[in-house]
Amino acid sequence: MSVRDKAYIVGVYEHPTRKADNLSVAQLHAQVAKGAIEDAGLSPSDIDGYFCAGDAPGLGNMSMGEYLGLKLRHVDSTETGGSAPIVHVHHAAQAIAMGKCNVALVTLAGRPRAAGAALMLKPPDPDAPELQFERLYGPATQNGYAMCARRHMYEFGTTSEQLAWIKVAASHHAQHNPNAMLRNVVTVEDVVNSPMVSDPLHRLDCCVVSDGGGAVIVARPEIAAKLNRPKIKIRGMGEALKHGMGGKVDLTYSAARMSGPAAFAEAGVTQADIKYVSLYDSFTITVLFQIEDLGFCKKGEGGRFVSDGNLISGVGKLPFNTDGGGLCNNHPANRGGMTKIIEAVRQLRGEAHPAVQVKNCDIALANGIGGSLGARHIAGTLIMERV
Amino acid sequence: MSNQRKIPAPIPHPETQAYWDAAQQQKLLVRRCRACGEAHHYPREICPFCWSNDTEWIEAKGEAEIYSFSTMRVGPAPYTLAYVTLAEGPRMMTNIVDCDPDKLSIGQKVKVVFRPCDDGKLAPMFTP
Ligand SMILES: [Zn+2]
Repeated sequence: MSVRDKAYIVGVYEHPTRKADNLSVAQLHAQVAKGAIEDAGLSPSDIDGYFCAGDAPGLGNMSMGEYLGLKLRHVDSTETGGSAPIVHVHHAAQAIAMGKCNVALVTLAGRPRAAGAALMLKPPDPDAPELQFERLYGPATQNGYAMCARRHMYEFGTTSEQLAWIKVAASHHAQHNPNAMLRNVVTVEDVVNSPMVSDPLHRLDCCVVSDGGGAVIVARPEIAAKLNRPKIKIRGMGEALKHGMGGKVDLTYSAARMSGPAAFAEAGVTQADIKYVSLYDSFTITVLFQIEDLGFCKKGEGGRFVSDGNLISGVGKLPFNTDGGGLCNNHPANRGGMTKIIEAVRQLRGEAHPAVQVKNCDIALANGIGGSLGARHIAGTLIMERV
Repeated sequence: MSNQRKIPAPIPHPETQAYWDAAQQQKLLVRRCRACGEAHHYPREICPFCWSNDTEWIEAKGEAEIYSFSTMRVGPAPYTLAYVTLAEGPRMMTNIVDCDPDKLSIGQKVKVVFRPCDDGKLAPMFTP
């Protein structure tokens, strides 16, 4: 049993806002749901499956299902952090393949920028077994990823300048996105001269904090066939957990090392077939890990691979995050997975900005890393094809 | 060097109470499995490698090597987060304290010290 050819992405929508001062979290989820169902050309009453994660307010599927007036026969609130929408598309395809639903809605939305410090006051779960062995040491998000970057530099000679090329490429793409938070093109020097946040990561190695969100509609092939939209078929998917391994901590790779091969095997394609990649860019180092772990280059060679504009559309071999990614465009709800799917679908449809549209983009990959690269995280890998 | 940032006190669970009690005596404990012989961290009753519940506390020597580290430069005061590899095998998250963060390096030898959290209780940290 496989999800290959069993489900299509028929609708996507990215909220244009980046600061939602006057919108509630529920409203954002509803607005992106509405945008995606209209993009698909379907009716809200067609939705019979709903997928959302911890960013959905209240009791998730229940609270938002009621708010949206949905009639559901399949629900899934799998929580994998920022990779959740990719995992949800996987689970939606499984549910559709099993006949458990016909049209699945996936939403992600939040307003961390508008909420500001209030968001930080949420107490952590004291029952989390790792909490007492970590929290007191101050593992903020940045320093966990920074420890991965430092270890990668130590083992493989990766440099800050090489990491900076990832931000440079994202900024080249963001200049064409009118909704992007950061539209200025930056140089390697700009990145390495930006203030140190947590060494060796600089401010410009970090993604933006933004409000907004997005939604995806997944449907069975018979429904996709009737819609007047480009047909984006799910070819293969993988998901995997990586963690501290009882103290055998290894900060040189991500869970994409496991989720990637599963997705490629199911899709029946190789790295050479992929024309475009959406890679979770919480930090520059996150992108480097995924490029290596997904097999676009050997482990340790990511620094050289990303240099000299190799990720810039129209310039390099592996165009990535042509919307500007989380580094420059949008990282709604502090979760980057949704926008990764959306830009990959735009590329496959030929609806990306003309300046960054990849020619003959027939197969694309979206990868998410949810949780922390420096601790426990879950990767989701999605391979899609325009047919 | 004083640490001005907030150090939230750990909330022990029944299965980890002995670890935190030992820390108040300036002892670092590691959990080891009698069935498979592996030590692990953070400590659990059930071994994460073989799922035996025949696990025991051993006292660590307090010697370790830096596996990776990063110093936060934003916030009330810089502090250094690290993973260190204990002589007993497991790597643990910790802080490197009483040091010049710019002079730290991967592979550097460090030893355990105990520093107070916000509630005054001691927690294991490491120093060159
Ligand atoms: Zn064991």
